Amino acid sequence: MIIAIVCIAGIGLVAAVALALADRYLAVKEDPRIGMVTAVLPGANCGGCGFAGCDAYARALVAGTAPNGACAAGGDACAAEVAKILGVAATATEKRVALVKCCGTRSEAIRVGDYNGICDCATAAMTAGGDKGCKFGCLGYGACANVCPKNAITIHDGLAKVDKRLCIGCGKCVKACPKNLIELVPASATIHVLCNNPVRGPEVRKVCGVGCMGCHLCEKNSGGKEAGHFTFQGFLAKVNYENPPTDATIVSKCPAKCMIEDPHFETGH
Amino acid sequence: MKTVKSPFKFKGGVHPDYNKELARDMPIERLPLPGELVISMSQHLGAPAKCIVKAGDEVKRGQVIGEKNGFISVLVRASADGKVKAVEKRLGPAGSSADAVILETVPPEDNNPAPILPPLDWKTATREELLKRVEEAGICGMGGAGFPTSVKLNPPPGKRCEYLVLNGAECEPYLTADFRVMLERADRIRVGVEIMRKILGMCAVRIAIEDNKPEAITAMEKAFADIEGNVEIVRLPVLYPQGSEKHQIYATVGRIVPEPPALPIDVGCVVENVGTVAAIADAVEKGEPLLERVTTVSGDAVATPKNILAPSGTKYSDLVAFCGGEKEHPAKIISGGTMMGFAVSSLDIATTKTTSGLLLLSSRKVFQYGSQACINCGRCLRACPMNLNPAEISKAVEADDIKTAENAHVMTCIECGACSFGCPAYRTITQFCRRAKASIRARMAAERAAAAAAKAAEDAKKEAK
Amino acid sequence: MKPKTPENHFVLSSSPHAHANSSVRRIMLDVIIALLPTTLMGIWFFGLPALWTVLVCVSSCVLTELACRLAMKRENTVGDLSAVLTGLLLALNLPAGIPLWMAIVGSIFAIAIAKQVFGGLGMNPFNPALAARAFMLISFTGPMTTWLRPISRCCCCDATDVTTMATPLATMKRMFGVDATTSATPHFPKAMENLPSLWDMLIGNMPGCIGEVSALALAIGCAYLLWRKVITWHIPASFIATVFVYSLIAGGAPAYAQVLTGGVMLGACFMATDYATSPITAKGKLVFGVGCGLVCMLIRQFGGYPEGCSFAILIMNAVCPLINRWTQPKPFGAK
Repeated sequence: MIIAIVCIAGIGLVAAVALALADRYLAVKEDPRIGMVTAVLPGANCGGCGFAGCDAYARALVAGTAPNGACAAGGDACAAEVAKILGVAATATEKRVALVKCCGTRSEAIRVGDYNGICDCATAAMTAGGDKGCKFGCLGYGACANVCPKNAITIHDGLAKVDKRLCIGCGKCVKACPKNLIELVPASATIHVLCNNPVRGPEVRKVCGVGCMGCHLCEKNSGGKEAGHFTFQGFLAKVNYENPPTDATIVSKCPAKCMIEDPHFETGH
Repeated sequence: MKTVKSPFKFKGGVHPDYNKELARDMPIERLPLPGELVISMSQHLGAPAKCIVKAGDEVKRGQVIGEKNGFISVLVRASADGKVKAVEKRLGPAGSSADAVILETVPPEDNNPAPILPPLDWKTATREELLKRVEEAGICGMGGAGFPTSVKLNPPPGKRCEYLVLNGAECEPYLTADFRVMLERADRIRVGVEIMRKILGMCAVRIAIEDNKPEAITAMEKAFADIEGNVEIVRLPVLYPQGSEKHQIYATVGRIVPEPPALPIDVGCVVENVGTVAAIADAVEKGEPLLERVTTVSGDAVATPKNILAPSGTKYSDLVAFCGGEKEHPAKIISGGTMMGFAVSSLDIATTKTTSGLLLLSSRKVFQYGSQACINCGRCLRACPMNLNPAEISKAVEADDIKTAENAHVMTCIECGACSFGCPAYRTITQFCRRAKASIRARMAAERAAAAAAKAAEDAKKEAK
Repeated sequence: MKPKTPENHFVLSSSPHAHANSSVRRIMLDVIIALLPTTLMGIWFFGLPALWTVLVCVSSCVLTELACRLAMKRENTVGDLSAVLTGLLLALNLPAGIPLWMAIVGSIFAIAIAKQVFGGLGMNPFNPALAARAFMLISFTGPMTTWLRPISRCCCCDATDVTTMATPLATMKRMFGVDATTSATPHFPKAMENLPSLWDMLIGNMPGCIGEVSALALAIGCAYLLWRKVITWHIPASFIATVFVYSLIAGGAPAYAQVLTGGVMLGACFMATDYATSPITAKGKLVFGVGCGLVCMLIRQFGGYPEGCSFAILIMNAVCPLINRWTQPKPFGAK
């Protein structure tokens, strides 16, 4: 009985001394602010800031090598919290969300073949140039959906759609899309052109029923060139997100039906 | 000169249905000049040529319309007289778009036109003259990859060609273009070999032909009967991929080409397709650049399979029409052979210098890939001529684990398709390898670009100091 | 104003565009065909109970597979015949007199726990039939080690009313085992009297599991698989050779008896060659076969059970990923 008590107490004592020594001599010094910054970051580890997760970004912030405000998921509120801890001014950012600039579903945009292979956009595009008639449009094999950390992207009828409410704007899908048709746009913008095909109208019409033909009607209806709501790349209208249009009536006047006014973009056509 | 049996057999390989009987007895026929040609600026491996004509220009047959654009590049010449209708991006057979000259052809005024380039006598011409001629003639490897021939024939300093291997294996199912060239143009191949030996130095020659082409072996034996030096015709066992450069070198010479980026010249070998060799002979002796080639049009959905001599830029629909059209609705159209060819989405695509075949297959000949899990049977390992572990690579890529695939030497893969051919689970193993290779290449390019940018920034800093 | 889909619609896929027409179903069918001789021999010697065991195991495996796939909302995989094969293999690894409800429990374990939990065909780390057999051996030790006496079909067998008896391996263990050999003189001739004759061992006229008794039938099946190129020679040859050489060196029971009795033939030809749970390279297969043989003989000589074949294969299944890692092929041209 006594031997047992002595033994246990002895082990406890030795362990306590070892722990005390380890704490004194083996401790890794870490800036306590790293923990505090990590705590206010969203913890999604989406990588949208360009670092390998929230902890890595927090370390870079404390070290002063990363700008405050690179966290798209946390937004301004998060940047303000970080600013409070670190005492550096937050660069004001606007919440951005991903937009798939294509509305050519299987029923609207033609497919020129039956693709039979790996379900991946880049790989499908390598096979005979992809099975979609339009070489600029969404193939719908889900490369973006696969990398989305929030499962905000779903594929419906051969077309990727982003749910604005779930999107944190990390930009992973933008990099994953081999057709470069995903763009980060201000979450406040509600009018969008869902097309990425810059070629001439008749050519677009051969492959897609809802492709932009570059008719400039949207520009005319929203106050002309001077208003500056739209820019044009070839025969493709692009919303100028610095100065987005607000008049929703122009949407129904688009003859190509490639515009939407949609606060969540999850409905589309 | 003697004929020998292949002394070395590589590991792996498969035996697909060859179906060569469809077109092997059809002599080469010349296609009447099509009304429109679509001449791509990217008919070869490497940087696409730079287009130097514009819509409305009149061009003559043989006129340069695309300039060489870099070291690994080949110039492009107009393959017929005509007027440029447009210069626009067109989808090529391999699935990538490149600038193409749309040419509205006009029939030649003169039936016996003057040679496009001044003919040379190869016996008196210098090595440099001959090499320049190969470059000017726009010749690239006609076996499939399209590597610039002038680059191949000009080994870097310190490397010497000891063996010139002539690739007449034609191990791809259905294709008989090389076979017909060996039969009908044996003398041109002989001259081509003499020219190449003049350029490369007096090297030994191995002519590799598969056992299932005895007529071609006889034709070559006749043509090369009195050639000087160490020349052998090597009869290869019928085994796919016997026509692969590395395996052909092993089968004929017994040397093993190390992993990429090593090239055949690193083991003292140059491999050239028989069609390319004939093209070199024409370019030198007749001053005729590479403007046309023999393409096999075959498959069970085409009315009369044929071997057609057609200008490069001929649309597939013209080739099919010349063969009497479709016998039934094809389910798949393949540019090239069934093992390594590319499926294409329409007959609007045009031939290039590397189009060795066009196959129209009915639905009975088309199988569907599945998405079943790997059952670990090991058939792909046994079939792989590069001795890789395709099962592991495919499983890794399926799980987006490119790093594991890279460690499993996926970059060594030659994409021959032997693994997918035998896979009982119908997995897209070869496509997984392609995907991994594309993604590794993209990463390497990004790394190179980043390194170059960093170096440039450092240099700028130094200069500022 | 929808554009018209072109009439000519072609299949777009990556090369190759040719296929050898092999299929998973064909492979499974080949293995089932190869198992038919030994199944028939088992039924011949053990009668109706053996037939019932086979039928019950196969049907409950198929039903379990169907239920699992439905529950997991995955595509139905009964058509690939792998469940039929697992059921057949399990039945062949059971004694004929096993109560049928136990066979059903074992089948459910084989498919649901040993196979589908891991993701189905190709993903399982252990051979499903053997995992189920090990599970049953531990759960139902009594019935799993009660062996029916083969029905006397020939005059040379004496007709007694004893219906169950010990397997030759148990006899060998008693006569030649560690305990027996440590005693001064093993009664060698006497021990041999208790073993079946060589001919009985070959055709399977001895007690044992339904499918393991007839070495000849198993050899015929194995030859069929080799001819159809479903398996390679590496695992059966190295497994059997190791057992043979080990028993020659270790002494005791004759080496041929060690190979021909118990589960070595069935294990080496059909169980250890299971694709998903054996190494993929030729070199790895040899290592795997030798390992199976060694572990099997170690259990037979020193272990508590008279037979160690199924445990040996299960243990080697566990090291299979390691063997695979050690025996990666060297690419053509690699240093």
